[in-house]
Formats: sequence, structure tokens, C-alpha cells
Amino acid sequence: MATKLTPKELSKRPERLSPGHRLCAGCGATIIVRQILAAIDEPVIIANATGCLEVGTTIYPYTAWRVPWIHNAFENAASTISGVEAAYRSMVRQGKIPEQNIKFLAFAGDGGTYDIGIQALSGAVERGHQFLYICYDNGAYMNTGIQRSSATPYGAHTTTSPAGKVIPGKQQFRKDLTAIMAAHNIPYVAQAAPSQWRDLMKKTRKAVDCGGPAFMNVLSSCNRGWRHGTDETIEITQLAVDTCYWPLYEVEDGEWRLTYKPKKKRPVEEWLKRQGRFRHVFKPENRHMIDELQAEVDRRWERLLRLCGES
Amino acid sequence: MELKGWRDIPIGGMILEAGNAVEYLTGGWRAFRPVHGEAECIHCMQCWLFCPDSSVLVDPENEKMAGFDLEHCKGCGICASICPINAKVIKKAGEELARDDPRLCIRMVEEGKFQE
Amino acid sequence: MSKFEALTGNDAVATAMRQINPDVMAAYPITPQTSTVQKFADFVADGLVDTDFVCVESEHSAMSACVGASAAGARVMTATSANGLALMWEIVYIAASNRCPIAMSLVNRALSAPINIHCDHSDVMGIRDSGWIILFSENGQEAYDNIIQAIRIGEHPDVLLPVAVCQDGFITSHSLERVEIFDDADVKAFVGEYKPRWPLLDLEHPKTYGPLDFYDYYYEHKRQQVEAMEHAQGVILEVADEFNRKFNHNYGLFESYRLEDAEVAVIAVNSTAGTIKVVVDQLRDEGLKVGLLKPRVFRPFPARELVDALSHLKAVAVMDRSVSFGAMDNAGPLFLELVAALAFHGVHVPVADYVYGLGGRDILPGEIERVYRDALKVAETGRVERMVTYLSVRE
Repeated sequence: MATKLTPKELSKRPERLSPGHRLCAGCGATIIVRQILAAIDEPVIIANATGCLEVGTTIYPYTAWRVPWIHNAFENAASTISGVEAAYRSMVRQGKIPEQNIKFLAFAGDGGTYDIGIQALSGAVERGHQFLYICYDNGAYMNTGIQRSSATPYGAHTTTSPAGKVIPGKQQFRKDLTAIMAAHNIPYVAQAAPSQWRDLMKKTRKAVDCGGPAFMNVLSSCNRGWRHGTDETIEITQLAVDTCYWPLYEVEDGEWRLTYKPKKKRPVEEWLKRQGRFRHVFKPENRHMIDELQAEVDRRWERLLRLCGES
Repeated sequence: MELKGWRDIPIGGMILEAGNAVEYLTGGWRAFRPVHGEAECIHCMQCWLFCPDSSVLVDPENEKMAGFDLEHCKGCGICASICPINAKVIKKAGEELARDDPRLCIRMVEEGKFQE
Repeated sequence: MSKFEALTGNDAVATAMRQINPDVMAAYPITPQTSTVQKFADFVADGLVDTDFVCVESEHSAMSACVGASAAGARVMTATSANGLALMWEIVYIAASNRCPIAMSLVNRALSAPINIHCDHSDVMGIRDSGWIILFSENGQEAYDNIIQAIRIGEHPDVLLPVAVCQDGFITSHSLERVEIFDDADVKAFVGEYKPRWPLLDLEHPKTYGPLDFYDYYYEHKRQQVEAMEHAQGVILEVADEFNRKFNHNYGLFESYRLEDAEVAVIAVNSTAGTIKVVVDQLRDEGLKVGLLKPRVFRPFPARELVDALSHLKAVAVMDRSVSFGAMDNAGPLFLELVAALAFHGVHVPVADYVYGLGGRDILPGEIERVYRDALKVAETGRVERMVTYLSVRE
């Protein structure tokens, strides 16, 4: 009997990520990890790409992981977990080890997923390994000091797309990786956010039980890179959802389904103005960027509604 | 932790003591500390759900929130920001309350200035 | 009982892989290794092995999956060449530092650019500092024998390092030879079962692989790798001893061909050593006292033993199938390591370097004869006229 998805029941589950890790106060990534691991009752083995989560949790000689865990390199969480999963399948098939219903997970940031890690991810899901890949998307290469990734929002200031005198921040709209993963025709793909924990946990369960490769893209607010207060993490994550910048949906066996529709769609400006990395777009000469971002958010939202049969 | 020689540590950089990061006390990072205020905690466990540092303690037998792990809590304040009783108290007050207002369920008090 | 089969070097290795029956193989095709993996894929498709064959989408992912599988606790093998090795270079170092006993067939091919699919040793030389054990093979038989031994060497508890077994691309990988193939049961018994000490799949004892080291621990972890390399030579000899007794062969750290009473010798690895043996016999018929030393183990470099084997000679010529650009006189790596060994051990034997065969350029007996005649002249004068000579490059 799976643990009931109520905070009281979930809080009885053993804590698989210990305290004492060194991620920033208020970091979204560890909230996501805790929620995902709480949702999974089965034993897990984790492959983790280089990044904030990996570095912050395993500074030698300490590890915050109470489960088997491997970090290999930056771009290969998916191929590493492919190897672990293949080893398990092979050794169970040969009777060398018992079948244990282990759930294989990969954690990586948007850096290790959208950019340098996309090949390994694409290859691993194409091969059909049974694993769940979770991207904690904080919209930049945060661990190396906030450099732009293809997940960085339009207009954001990062250290490699700075808001300068001539170029005001990132000039490209972000990659839609969730749609790319859905196009791989794997059994389960979802976009989630820790501010909607029950939605995230239900998706986690569907993902680990789908019998094939699964992908979850989870918005992870970074108070350091986004420039907001350490206590605003959940609120600002939810704003991203309510402005439809980060819609919550799933694609289950090719069926697109919206899992959250904001009662009132908020203008993206309300999300931007809470973050220091967008301060420059509020200057009069840059305000057009807000309109451009809004137009793109609306365009993708309308498309998503159509795909989900909601319009 | 005392630094060990190459003969005394596992090979390959492996760490064999799962979760030994508990020995690293991040509580010293805090500028603000969460404290239970006057409002009645309903043990909804939302603070436990949203703590990035596994630092909300739980009494599983009695299904109660049992305080904060102050050896590790970094004082981010997320627990106070999402606490539904805090929201209720703030709504009732009809105005913005200071983070350390005693009427709250979870208050964030300044380390070093707080007197129990 | 064994039987003799007509096999290419690649197919001989694939046969060994079938007999070893690793738990996982993750590999990506690249000429001239491809036929190994293709033949192995046939074995998989026909149910002749239990191996989970992961058809990865690049060599970087191949070695990454190998590391994951090995850390999980599986016996793992793979194969690659040249640019494939170069692409996985990052993970090659990680495989060694994570102490994953992966056995790899490395079919030597020139590194780009320009792109060249033929044999030289630039690929393996690029990983000589990586912490892998490196074995050279003169022919398909040696490649077959070496890869079987590689399993025992790498998995030995005092070693726990990955092993690369080299053979020359196209020259031996694609040439049919008479190869002695041992009985499946005998090979299986020789390699035994892999008993991983710290598998990720041991859920009772969760462990962390690949943490972040600061400057307070990285050095110690590297020192441990040095220790493993120091143990490796002894283990290689132990395994060779057992192999020799069981299968009636004669492996050690290197092969000496008519070396004991020679005055001059050539040092070369892989297939060219075969051609050199023919030239040695011819020159011996002329009454010239020449010999060959063919290194088998390159990493760990058996400096002491090589120096002892060469100290009686009046001159030595090293033949290098790769260049270390910008090294002393742009010499080759085999030469550089050997002169360092001789110098350190205070043995003065004049040594010259002959770079040959880059990008698959043929090396003919006549050219090797020239090398010997040069060495005989050096033996007379005691002086090397020219440190590095490039054989058969068109000026």
C-alpha cells in the first residue's frame, strides 16, 4: 500500500536527504529532492550531474545522501544511470541478485539537462531504460556563478548575458525542453513545481510506475541567481506557475493533460518585478522586452491549451 | 573532522557513511531563527514539506510537528512564509506583521538578539 | 582443450568477450573497433551471452554507462579507438579515479586531424597519465589472451583499475590469423566471478561515489591510485603466471626476442614487433648480433626490468608510432619514458628514436633493417648522431 499523499503520512517516511548539506538557505533544489523522495516508497539509486545539488550535498568527507548515489560528470547523469540500470537488469536476469523494485533516478540542473546533458538524456530515453530523470530548472548555470543556459528566461541578467549598456540581458527565448522530451514518445513526461507539492508527487508516482523512461521538469527557484529573499522561494515559484510562464502539465502515453489552470492568469510582469535579475527590463527603454516575453508566454500557453484540449 | 591520511580513507573517493553530513552543523549560518509563536500549530506539516534542509522535526507516532533542528536550520524563513496559520493571523490583523511578531505561529527572530 | 580458428584480431577479442560474458557492455562504433562490437551484438542477439548490451549514442556515454554499471557492481567491458577514446577522455580519467575495473579493447588508430582511420598509437598515448593499466598486443592471439587476463588484473582487490588492451587498427584487428581459442569453460573458470566490494546495488549499505574534493583530500585520493599502480605490476605477473601454466603461454612484462646475447636492440610495441622479428632473424643470419624487446605492459611502466634487460646492450633504437609534439626534439613517448628510466638508473646505453607508421604509413623490413644498421654504427662510435628520425616521411 503506497503511502497516502498527505503531509502527515508523508512526514512519517524516513528522511533520505540528511540536513547538513551546503546548498544555500532557501534553495528550491533540495525542496524538490525531498518532495520527490518522499513520494517514492520504493528504494532508489540516484545518478546526479555536476551542479549545485551534487556539489552542495557531497563535499568530501560528507554526504547528505542516505541512498546509493553516484556523481560521474556534468553531462552524463542519464548515461550513468543507464549503466546502473543495465547492470541491475543484467544481474537480476542472471540470478546474481534478487529483484528489488529499485527506482532509478537521475537529478540534474538545467545546465546538465538542456545544454551539455541533452545528448545523453535523449539517448537514454530512446533506449528505453526504466528510469526517471528530474531536471531541477533554475534557469542558469548557477553553481558556476549564474551563467546563462538555454533555459534562462528572455531578458534575464546572467553573468554571460548581462544587462549591459548595449545588450539588456538574454536575447533568446528559453528552450521548451519538456516538449522536446514529449516528442521522444516516452511513456511519461511532466512539468511540475514544488509549490504545488501534491501535483508534483502524483506526477512522481506516475513517472516511476510508468514502466519505461520518464522525464520531469521541475521549476527550482534560486534566490541567489534570481535575486529574491530566501523566504520567498515557494511564493515566487507559484507566481511563475500562475503567470503561465511555467505551466503544470503531463504527457502520459502521448496524451497531453493540463494539471493546473490558474484561476486568474497573472501578467508575467508580476513575476518579473519580484526578481532582481529582471530589474533592468523595467527601465523605460527596455519595457518592450516585458511585452515581448508576455507575448511569447501567451503564445506557448495558447498552444499548450490546444494540445491539452482545453481551449 | 580531523584530516586523515591516504591509507585511512576508502579508495576512489567513496563515502561509506550514508548521510554523515549531519555532522556538519549548518545552523551557524543563520541570521534568523524560526520560533513557535502564540498561535496554535495545527500540525499540518506544510513547514516539513517545504524545508530545504530537512530541519523541521516530526514526531511520527503522535503525528505532530516537533520543532526545528537548530543545529542545521539555516534560517531561510520558508517555513514562516508558507505557514497557513501565519497567513490566517496576518489576515486577521489586517496589516503586515513584523517577521518576529509573537502572534504568529512561526516567527523569524534575529539570531543573537532573541531572548527566550 | 583448445582449438585453432581463423579469426581477425577484432573477432578474437569478441570471442574472448563472449567467453567472459560480462554483465554489461556499453559501446559505440568507430573504425577500426566496430567489428568487435558488431560480432558481440550477434552473440547478444543469438542469446549466446547474458550481457546487457547498451547501444549508447556516443563514446562519452559509453564510458559513462560503463562507470555507472561498474559502480553498480557489474563486470563491464567496452571497446573503442582514436577519436572515440578522445571523446571519452574525461570519463576515462573518472573510471580510473572511481576505481572501476572496466576492461576495454583499444584498437589503435590515429587521432584526427586530418581524419585518418588507420593505425598509429597517438590514441593510447593520450591516456597514458589517466591511471589505466595499458597492455600492448602484437597480434590477435595476444589481444585475445590479454583481454582475458585484463579481467583478473583489473578486478584484483589490490588493483581495482580499468585496463586497456591495445592492438593495431586494421593491421591485426582486420587480418585473419590462426588464433588458439580456449575452451569456454576454461576461460570462464580463469576469469571467475566478479565480487564487487562497494556496489551501488547493495541497498543495505548506501554509499556515495564521486564527491567533491577540495584541496584537503584530492591529493590523498590520487596517492591511492599510485598505490594501486604499484601493486599492479605484481598482480600482472601473478595473473600471467597462472595464465601461462593453464594455457601454455609465456606472458610477462615484455617479450625478449634474441636479446640476451645481442649487441643492439630495437624496442617496439604491437604488430611492428612481428615484422621486426623477421628482420632480426635475417640479420642474425648475416652474423649480426641484434635483438628485439617488445614491451607488453606500458602502464605500469616496468622501468627497472626494462633497464635490466637492456643494460648489456651497446645501442638501442626505439620505434615510436606516435609523436609527443613539443617534447624534447619532438620525440615519441616510448623513447621519452625509456631514456628517463635509463638515466635514472644510471645505465648509459645510447638510445635513438625512430618515429614511424603515423596514420597507417607502412613500415617495411628494409626500413627496420636501416634502423638496425644505424644502431650498429652507434654501437661502434658510442654516439647517437640524431635523436629523432622520421622514417619514410616524404620531405
